[in-house]
Amino acid sequence: MVFGGKLPLTRGVTSIEGSTGGGLSTWALVAGNETEDGVGASAFVTRVPLSDYDFSAYGVAIGFFDRVELSLAHQEFDTGATGAALGLAEGFTFEQDIVGLKLRVLGDAVYAQDSWLPQVAVGVQYKHAEHDWLLAALGAEDDEGFDVYVSATKVVLDQSLILNATVRGTRANQFGLLGHGGDQDDEYHAEIELSAAYMVTDRLIVGAEYRTRPDNLGFAEEERGYDVFAAYALTENLTLVGGYVDLGSIATFDDQDGAYLSLQIGF
Amino acid sequence: MRLALWAALAAWLLVLDDAPARAQEGEEPVAPYVQSDANAGATPIDDPAVLAAFNGRDGINRIVDRTVDLSLEDPQLGPIFQPFDMVRLRRTLKEQFCYLLGGGCTYTGRDMSASHADMGVQTRDFNLLVQHLRTAMREEGVSNRMQNRFLAVLAPMHRDVVQR
Repeated sequence: MVFGGKLPLTRGVTSIEGSTGGGLSTWALVAGNETEDGVGASAFVTRVPLSDYDFSAYGVAIGFFDRVELSLAHQEFDTGATGAALGLAEGFTFEQDIVGLKLRVLGDAVYAQDSWLPQVAVGVQYKHAEHDWLLAALGAEDDEGFDVYVSATKVVLDQSLILNATVRGTRANQFGLLGHGGDQDDEYHAEIELSAAYMVTDRLIVGAEYRTRPDNLGFAEEERGYDVFAAYALTENLTLVGGYVDLGSIATFDDQDGAYLSLQIGF
Repeated sequence: MRLALWAALAAWLLVLDDAPARAQEGEEPVAPYVQSDANAGATPIDDPAVLAAFNGRDGINRIVDRTVDLSLEDPQLGPIFQPFDMVRLRRTLKEQFCYLLGGGCTYTGRDMSASHADMGVQTRDFNLLVQHLRTAMREEGVSNRMQNRFLAVLAPMHRDVVQR
């Protein structure tokens, strides 16, 4: 395979919402292996077997000249046996599509090591969930909505660290799988996503992420999410991510956590 | 007034003349330039632990030779390096790395912008060289953390090395 141009792992991995980032959070990096001289692409599949549900996501992203990222992702939230306990059918699956657009606006995460200025990107994610009748019954105001965010990412090579902070304006319930806005709260809120990773080698990073989320629905509490992860660049093009994630209470079922696995391919 | 101008010009030419004088056997001549450690493009790391991790000047010399060898063998980088004076490159790169790693060397080469002016280096080429340098450092037994401390010093040179 021809070397696309980016250094291993400096393209990050793909978040569950399809945008380049960590596992849970979106970062300011642009998808694909190509530099400012080319158009790159990436694809991912992530599986998160939680305590009482099965979450999975897959998608593709295109990175234009390390500047603009267009992403498409599909998420499925399989209630399995829990579905019956929720008064739904067993194996009932919540689903949504996410279209993301990210624009890198300033700074450089990798090369500008003589400056503290991070790479900053702004972006929008349009999310459209299925089963609008059910989402309405659960108290959601809308089955579709927009998240907007600002991300700042810096590789601190001197310390072998990758740091990210993102502020997201959102009304999404459980990432948007349960629609947007709710009977309890329908306003946009600024939520934060924090990530820190240590570069063990040039092919292995280990890190942790923390993400706050809205709590809009009266019938069930929604909590923060966090994870710890390891990402390993198997080849120039293939990255394997494994981790542990805790998403708190989901749809009245508490302590939803589990190991997760994600495979990313990038060109 | 005229005398002062001539004196200044003479002093200038003397400074310029210093550059080729240091050239080593087997090097091709280069256009005169002003010699300065500032041409190395960064401030040296002032931490003996880093120099020790690179096994001092001997280690640095091995790392530079290996990096250049790997780059010449590289199907993408080889043709970019090929037309240039490898004897001079190895010498000035050794001086530069030694200077930046706090090894007490003097850098006698040109600045990063001038020395890469005709190479047409793109970001992917820059990154390929980083990969080869990483390989060479790993083979020398330099820990990842110490590799990254050195790469943090080199990374901003991307600005001057890569041709827009």
